[in-house]
Amino acid sequence: MDINTLIEVALITVKVILVSSILFALPIPLTWIERKVAGHIQLRLGPFRVGWHGILQPIADMIKLMFKEDIIPDKADKWLFKLAPIISLVPIFLTFATVPVGDKITVLGREITLYISDMNVGILYILAVAGIGVYGLIFGGWASNSKYALLGSMRSSAQMISYELALSFAAIGVVMVSNSLSLVDIVNSQKVSTWNICYQPLGFIIFIIAGLAEINRIPFDLSEDEGTLAAGYHVEYSSMRFSFFMLAEYVAMVLMSVLAVILFFGGWSGHAILPPIVWFLIKVSAFIYFFMWVRFTFPRYRYDQLMTIGWKILLPLSLVNILITGLFVI
Amino acid sequence: MELIFFYIFAIVALASAIAVISIRNPVHSAIFLMVCFLQVAALFVLLRSPFLAAVQIFVYVGAVMVLFLFAVLILDLGRERFGEYLHHQSPIAIIVVVGLIFVIGLGLARGKLDAPLGKYTEAELVKNIEVTGELLYTKYVFPFEVISLLLLVAMVGAIVLVMKERK
Repeated sequence: MDINTLIEVALITVKVILVSSILFALPIPLTWIERKVAGHIQLRLGPFRVGWHGILQPIADMIKLMFKEDIIPDKADKWLFKLAPIISLVPIFLTFATVPVGDKITVLGREITLYISDMNVGILYILAVAGIGVYGLIFGGWASNSKYALLGSMRSSAQMISYELALSFAAIGVVMVSNSLSLVDIVNSQKVSTWNICYQPLGFIIFIIAGLAEINRIPFDLSEDEGTLAAGYHVEYSSMRFSFFMLAEYVAMVLMSVLAVILFFGGWSGHAILPPIVWFLIKVSAFIYFFMWVRFTFPRYRYDQLMTIGWKILLPLSLVNILITGLFVI
Repeated sequence: MELIFFYIFAIVALASAIAVISIRNPVHSAIFLMVCFLQVAALFVLLRSPFLAAVQIFVYVGAVMVLFLFAVLILDLGRERFGEYLHHQSPIAIIVVVGLIFVIGLGLARGKLDAPLGKYTEAELVKNIEVTGELLYTKYVFPFEVISLLLLVAMVGAIVLVMKERK
């Protein structure tokens, strides 16, 4: 191996470590922000005791989670019970292998790409791999050997099957407009013309609704519906295993925000007064805020309503969207 | 380098495939089936078909496994019954396997089956999906349509089965 290959390998390793550590650390600020947003929406203050305006609350929570007893139910399928949090966590991290945060920068005369890999099947890969994450919920609920958990996991598997279709179909509209499956090319195509949201308003709405369902957040968090199922699929989990599920959920939320920005809002393109990466971060944070806002303003749907929305409204609409897009593209 | 990866994926795929059929617990074997499919997807990447790899994950690991899990979880097959499920079919299975090995061996011996090795070329990386799509709609349009018809028939069949149960 010559020196260039070695540098390439080292660069990729550094990028992988950087991305995963950022993703691991992200829930720390996000949980605090989410609880603050919740508080202010509901005219409360939110966490306030630990540190300035409760800013150290996530750290306190983390320490608490680490030192809690790790309970495995006696009748549980122990092997699967331990495996499930990992299954839900790993795929969602894997998807970030192809998520770009910017184009190229030049450091010391060497071009560094701001993504780990630009696959020509990027969006397909992300949707496929993110879909594996749902097995964590299904297996977790099944392995707990508890009625609530099983109900939660069955709900979430049915929900994922129904909404993954609409989500993928909404993404197909963007692929047709941008003429590529690669995320970098999709962003670059939006630099040339306008953002895809102008061509795909319907696709965007479908994408956001299906995305909310896909990442299990209110109004579609039927799998952990605390009103009827206690906590759904993770009712038997405690300690770090529980926090793995939560971590996966937060990373999934970030992934959805990033995808919405890349597919519909031009990724890192923006006015030249700010560097592209800042634009990207601003847009992504806006979407993260949007997801939190939705969580504390909407009630939860009933299960039959969830299925009706998925199959009778979103799926036909997304097909219509593809048809219209096809007519325009031709 | 490629060869090392090939052996890793191939060995894991075979080991998990054996685990699928030898483990008694149907849900555990479902997990190993998933592992096996993932390895096959990785092999597709080595064979320069990233599109097929993504589709493999999407269709096999994603959709088929979810449906399979539904069957396993809802039917609640007893563990013992599941173990004795295949006994009558073993002679047929052996014949099919021997036939398959013969056909693949024949293909290998005549040099009709070989994999492209070495580095990805730029065209292969970028044009993968275009080439696949074009072939499906030109050269292989007839088998493609037949398969979609078959799928439609299967779907109608499934719906008919459910409708009957309701009455």
